[in-house]
Amino acid sequence: MKISVGHLYPEYLNIYADRGNIAVLFRRAAWRGHDLQVEAVGMGEAVEPGAHDLLYIGGGQDREQALVAHDIGLKGEALREAVAGGAACLAVCGGYQLLGGFYRDRLGVELPGAGVLPLHTVAGERRMIGDVLLECELEPGVRRTLAGFENHAGRTVLEPSAEPLGRVVAGFGNDGSSGFEGCRSGRVIGTYLHGPLLPRNPWLADWLLAQAISHRTGEEPAFQALEDALEGEAHSVSAGRARSRGGRASR
Amino acid sequence: MRPRFPLTAGIVAARTAGRLSRLVGAGGGTTLPGKLLNALDPTAVGKLSARLPAGSAVVSATNGKTTTAAMVAEIVGPRMRLAHNRAGANLLSGVASSLLTADGAELGLFEVDEAALPEVARRVRPRALCLGNLFRDQLDRYGELELVAERWRGVVRDLPVEATLIVNGDDPQVGDLGADRPGRMVFGVDDARQGSSALQHAADSKWCVRCGTPYDYEVAYVGHLGDYGCPRCGHSRPALDLAARTVELDGLDGVSFDLVDFEASVRVKLPLPGLYNVYNALAAAALSRALGSTLEEVRAGLERFTAAFGRFERIAVGDRTLLMLLIKNPAGANEVVRTLVAGDPPSLAVIALNDAIADGRDVSWIWDVDFEPLLERLDRVVATGDRAAELALRCKYAGFAEERIEMRPALEEALDRGLELTPAGGRLVVLPTYTSMLELRRIVARRGFVKPYWEQAA
Repeated sequence: MKISVGHLYPEYLNIYADRGNIAVLFRRAAWRGHDLQVEAVGMGEAVEPGAHDLLYIGGGQDREQALVAHDIGLKGEALREAVAGGAACLAVCGGYQLLGGFYRDRLGVELPGAGVLPLHTVAGERRMIGDVLLECELEPGVRRTLAGFENHAGRTVLEPSAEPLGRVVAGFGNDGSSGFEGCRSGRVIGTYLHGPLLPRNPWLADWLLAQAISHRTGEEPAFQALEDALEGEAHSVSAGRARSRGGRASR
Repeated sequence: MRPRFPLTAGIVAARTAGRLSRLVGAGGGTTLPGKLLNALDPTAVGKLSARLPAGSAVVSATNGKTTTAAMVAEIVGPRMRLAHNRAGANLLSGVASSLLTADGAELGLFEVDEAALPEVARRVRPRALCLGNLFRDQLDRYGELELVAERWRGVVRDLPVEATLIVNGDDPQVGDLGADRPGRMVFGVDDARQGSSALQHAADSKWCVRCGTPYDYEVAYVGHLGDYGCPRCGHSRPALDLAARTVELDGLDGVSFDLVDFEASVRVKLPLPGLYNVYNALAAAALSRALGSTLEEVRAGLERFTAAFGRFERIAVGDRTLLMLLIKNPAGANEVVRTLVAGDPPSLAVIALNDAIADGRDVSWIWDVDFEPLLERLDRVVATGDRAAELALRCKYAGFAEERIEMRPALEEALDRGLELTPAGGRLVVLPTYTSMLELRRIVARRGFVKPYWEQAA
């Protein structure tokens, strides 16, 4: 089956190995007989709601983020409509911030966001840099961990009604104090975790692929398990790093 | 005549510490005495460098600073005694250590970490400063690239008027530094046959430094280094004072080019491969010219040059040869891959990934390296280092068959496995990150095949 991915601003937002995430989605789809096709959605190009089963938006530095901020504001309505129609979405780091209500940078300049996720972000003085380990429960009763790396000056504040992606086991998370990381809203995942995220957390790649296929067919597929020994090894080394040297939530 | 400051007790104590460190086998003593010195007397680096009769020259860049400084040492070394941090200890402590140990030095020659540059420049007050390039590198340590660029703008603003500033004009961020400074020297490559019009994935400074519009590239050579122009505001590559023309790549054996400056042109046959080494040679040539070397001295020095440690270094290990090519960030690793593929592509490679502070704790950069052209030619990869599994995944998700990836996290085991798979008389290609390179060198040194790095300075 064809799975259509819309990759937002690949020219601008690609700082932390975002193409690693895309490669994992592509291969894991292919190993199950699906054809994942990635289409770049760049500056000035329209998002067509319903056209993409999965949207991806990666990380950028302040400069790149500022360059795309105006454009993503214009895409906001179409993105919200796409997501309301059941498209899955993964937003990492800068892309995560851009999906919120706004981002206020170091100089106090406020960049508009796409308004897809119920949150906003304010740049702080101290960067939060280090290995991170989360515990997530995307489906009730199913607890799984995500291991990654974070590097952000932004403090992301979720609205009271918002659901975080996970609980911080080790590392800083959204703001270094709430004990939570990322945001999950239906099929939309926003997170600071890169490294990249999906190679060492293949369960999340499979979850996103399943959501994307559901968007296309209306049914969640039953995936065959893949041989994930290397992925498991990478996950456990990364998780160990977070436990031993991840950022601490307290100052 | 420069003022002679009396040596402080701190300087004497720190010198003793360096000797002790080597005596007890704790390492090269390349940073410890400097650290001690800076703690005992924070003004000592300034005092010691003020004693150098020919002053100091400083090189910084994301990629190539060790090689560039080593080339300059080869060029100016015959004329002057140097205080040079050749082992790559490039923070203030490393500069301090080399000042302590170089008795009778006339010229300070320092490669300096990009982030440490403001402090080192303030203390050393260089007579010449050479800025090579800025690429994404160790973002976990430096923060964003733009923050490093901002620091460099501050360094250039504070540089004394009598100092010579040298910049790589092919890098938009770097080429814009000190644009209004009289006497600024600009170097770059001028040979459209060696580039392409498409930027690599790892290109970073793609947007006009003045107005943010994407640059049009007449030609891109390495990452975002090239001949660029902004279609909106017209900002473009500055005029080159020193250029490489008619570049001929000769596989892994070397590269030759015409080195052209305002006076004359000489043909240089560099015994190091790759276009990135042409950039290093240009930076070294420009800096050496600023230090008074003739074009002929530059040519002779570059042609004598072998390799800076771990950077395209060949080490004989019994009847096999190790070819060690340091990789540390996407732009640099891409050039290593490009050079290997264009030269004599191996069928086996040992790739080593560590994640200590000096390597970058964040290993995501390996996904931004274009390893694919190399992987297409390899039958087998031995993945090693503390983050071997991440490397294995990088290969796996590039489409490299999992059964052809051998995971050997212990470096010594991986090295032995690589040597075992290499036929007698053959060559083993090793691509290590910084600390894995140091450890691999220690392993082969222990076996008696290479001198420890602190004994190489001579």
